Amino acid sequence: MRTRFTGALLALMVFSSVSAAQVAVKAGKIHTVSGEVIRDGVIIVLEGKIAAVGPAVDFRIPTGFEVLEAAVVTPGLVDVRSTAGLTGIYNGDNQTHDQDMLETSKPVQPGLRAIDAYNPREELIDYVRSYGVTTIHTGHAPGPLISGQTMLAKTRTTTVADAVFNPFFGVAANLTPGAQNGAGAPGTRGKIVAVLRETLIGAQEYKATLAKYDGEGPPPARDLSKEALLEVLAGKAPLIVTANQAQDIASALRLKAEFDLNLWLDMAAEAYTLIDEIKAANVPVLLHPTMYRAAGDAKNLSFTTAQKLAEAGIPFAIQTGYEGYVPKVRVLLFEAALAAAHGLGPARALEAITLSPARLLKIDDRVGSIEVGKDGDLALFDGDPFEYTTHCIGVVIEGEVVSRVVR
Amino acid sequence: MDTPPNCLHRTFLTLAAGLLSAAALPAQTTALKGATLLPIDGPPIENGVMLYEKGKITAIGKAEDVAIPDGATVVDVSGKIVMPGLVDTHSHIGGVGAADRSGPIQPGVRVYDSINVRGSSFKRALTGGVTTANLMPGSGHLSSGQTVYVKLRMGEKTPRTIDSISYRFPDGSPMGGLKMANGTNSIRNSGEGGFPGTRGKSAFLVRSFFIKAQEYRAKIAAAVDEDGNPDATKLPPRDLHLETLLEVMDGKRIVHHHTHRQDDILTVLRLSKEFGFRVVLHHVSEGWMVADQIAAAGVPCSAILVDSPGGKLEALNHVIESGAILERAGVRVAFHTDDWITDSRLFLRIAALAVRGGMSRQAALESLTLAGAEMLDLSDRVGSLTPGKDADFIVLSGDPLSVYTRVEQTWVEGEKVFDLSNPDHQIFAEGGYGATDDITPYYCCYDHLINSENN
Repeated sequence: MRTRFTGALLALMVFSSVSAAQVAVKAGKIHTVSGEVIRDGVIIVLEGKIAAVGPAVDFRIPTGFEVLEAAVVTPGLVDVRSTAGLTGIYNGDNQTHDQDMLETSKPVQPGLRAIDAYNPREELIDYVRSYGVTTIHTGHAPGPLISGQTMLAKTRTTTVADAVFNPFFGVAANLTPGAQNGAGAPGTRGKIVAVLRETLIGAQEYKATLAKYDGEGPPPARDLSKEALLEVLAGKAPLIVTANQAQDIASALRLKAEFDLNLWLDMAAEAYTLIDEIKAANVPVLLHPTMYRAAGDAKNLSFTTAQKLAEAGIPFAIQTGYEGYVPKVRVLLFEAALAAAHGLGPARALEAITLSPARLLKIDDRVGSIEVGKDGDLALFDGDPFEYTTHCIGVVIEGEVVSRVVR
Repeated sequence: MDTPPNCLHRTFLTLAAGLLSAAALPAQTTALKGATLLPIDGPPIENGVMLYEKGKITAIGKAEDVAIPDGATVVDVSGKIVMPGLVDTHSHIGGVGAADRSGPIQPGVRVYDSINVRGSSFKRALTGGVTTANLMPGSGHLSSGQTVYVKLRMGEKTPRTIDSISYRFPDGSPMGGLKMANGTNSIRNSGEGGFPGTRGKSAFLVRSFFIKAQEYRAKIAAAVDEDGNPDATKLPPRDLHLETLLEVMDGKRIVHHHTHRQDDILTVLRLSKEFGFRVVLHHVSEGWMVADQIAAAGVPCSAILVDSPGGKLEALNHVIESGAILERAGVRVAFHTDDWITDSRLFLRIAALAVRGGMSRQAALESLTLAGAEMLDLSDRVGSLTPGKDADFIVLSGDPLSVYTRVEQTWVEGEKVFDLSNPDHQIFAEGGYGATDDITPYYCCYDHLINSENN
């Protein structure tokens, strides 16, 4: 018999077993993402890694395993761009309590590290995890011209050191009119790009100064901002550039050419107007949440952009991003669902929140698909994960059941 | 696919478009056939037929029970799902703006005088199936003014003014409610403009204003000559704010009250009882905590459902189960978009998420239609596919609660006002270059609660 039950019944059946060191998941459908869908399958997670996956008839689950059951299992979801953990659930006049995603004291601050602001116990982390997200690329928000660094973490409730698995992934820059806010900010589009070019040239000069130092006399003074930009110039850290309108996307592509940047386009509401240019530049797109508000410089966004990027063969993933008001954080699953229903289709939509972001983030050796040897990160559902009336009924990170909420 | 209207019909539609009265619409009967009809006030009808004439529904039933009259225009929507046009009890489309920063209570100011009917926000709302909306001013005041109920008659000719889309009270005046708010949005610690700095002061100011209106009423009643006949020379000077409160206390105008926290909700119920006004509780993030008290008061809720809690302290306890809990307590529940807080194009999604949170399917479908119509005193006109009501309906590609379902057509008073297969319309459904015009929502007075974004 297929394991298709109502949410409540399933939740009871799934979670009444004793906690065990090892986890096995039985599912009506396993979306491996990297390969075919497995019907009536089993996944066995041993010591945090996927040890086996295949049709249930091929396996006998050893004793001592906690056995979870679900109608559908997917890889743990990967959010390619979030600010959760730096952004907290509150808001208000006084942002000092939990709003650490925007530092507006200066327009260019690449030295700000995400790990110094990330709160793994933040309620928003708990919330997004309950909807299946197990890995996030999070950090300083789009805002000032260069707002700071980003990092990679599992959504576990633990210490920063334990949650984070890449403390410095990229540097966040912003070419939208939003970069005109804050102390000392440039006041026009032209000035935004001019200041960014000066900043990158300054980093090139810093690199030359460091290279010239021969060990004689005092070493050049350290500059934390420029040190971060050296990683960008070397291509080790992508420059994640937020741009929505076509002219801003074009500016980003010009900067990539001038500085040979490892450029990532963030949001990209009007990407559909520059498909050929983006493809030619071989730039990935961290696409705006499908339901992002069609307002301001994102007013021309379309529900069908994901489909257009997919058809053009442009590497992309769907993000939850950042907004200042409600909803305080977006649900990755819901954003992909709407893209699925607008031409992308369920299979590609699932890939856009699992394997595609894992590849972009260069962590596909660990996450993004259900394959032997990868981390035991799984999301369990009582039906089609994208249907509004389906529930996420459990989440596993590295073999540990981290959410048992029916949501 | 539907049968295109014949030439004569088209001519009539063109002539009729933009006119106010449903009576001006073609007299010919139209028959909608082939679809599964969801009348809302009754069980689904597979292979149903609905007849309408002059913009009003005349019959609905199974194909074998409803004869299509000779000469009727037939619209074949075989395989589709048809349900009533959606009623959005709380929306900010159209560029709404009423009260300004000069004071916290301005019930005489009308949102009616601010609407841009050509704004793309109306076109987007139609693509989501919205046919009736309560256009509300903001929550930055204790009372930010009068709301207006509109019918989205956006046919072949775009309406030229708000006059052609607003519902009317029996006396012919624009129909709407009164927006009120409590909690943090209407509190300003600066004390500027006489705004309250605390919840206690908020309630004090509201009570004082209502008492002033009671006294105003007494002065009007006392304006009589020696024989007890009305004497206009003795009337107090007209006061638009107080006149509006009299309409509220008379039950003509419903108070649409923004309120989130459980204690703020109970404050509204207290004030409603003290001054005898009819009220719909809006947003009610913590309504689930006081569901029994709301039910006991017999007050309906127009709830919001957003994708995550937080964003401000009052909304921290927002849960997806709200609708279900209120339903179980016996509270009448509608949902609203609060557009732009949520997107009118995705209004159906709200009901689906409510079902995810445990609400019954029937209550969820009513929450977008009949329940909302009741909360606007419009259930005799809209909210269900019932003979005598307006022929406002939407044609869906599938189950209304599925993410994969699209609103394919929206009809208002028997006229098709949105068709997904028309590229000129499709852009408003899906977005794209030119789909949105720049209307900045007018928050007046709680901008400080909203973080600056990247736009």
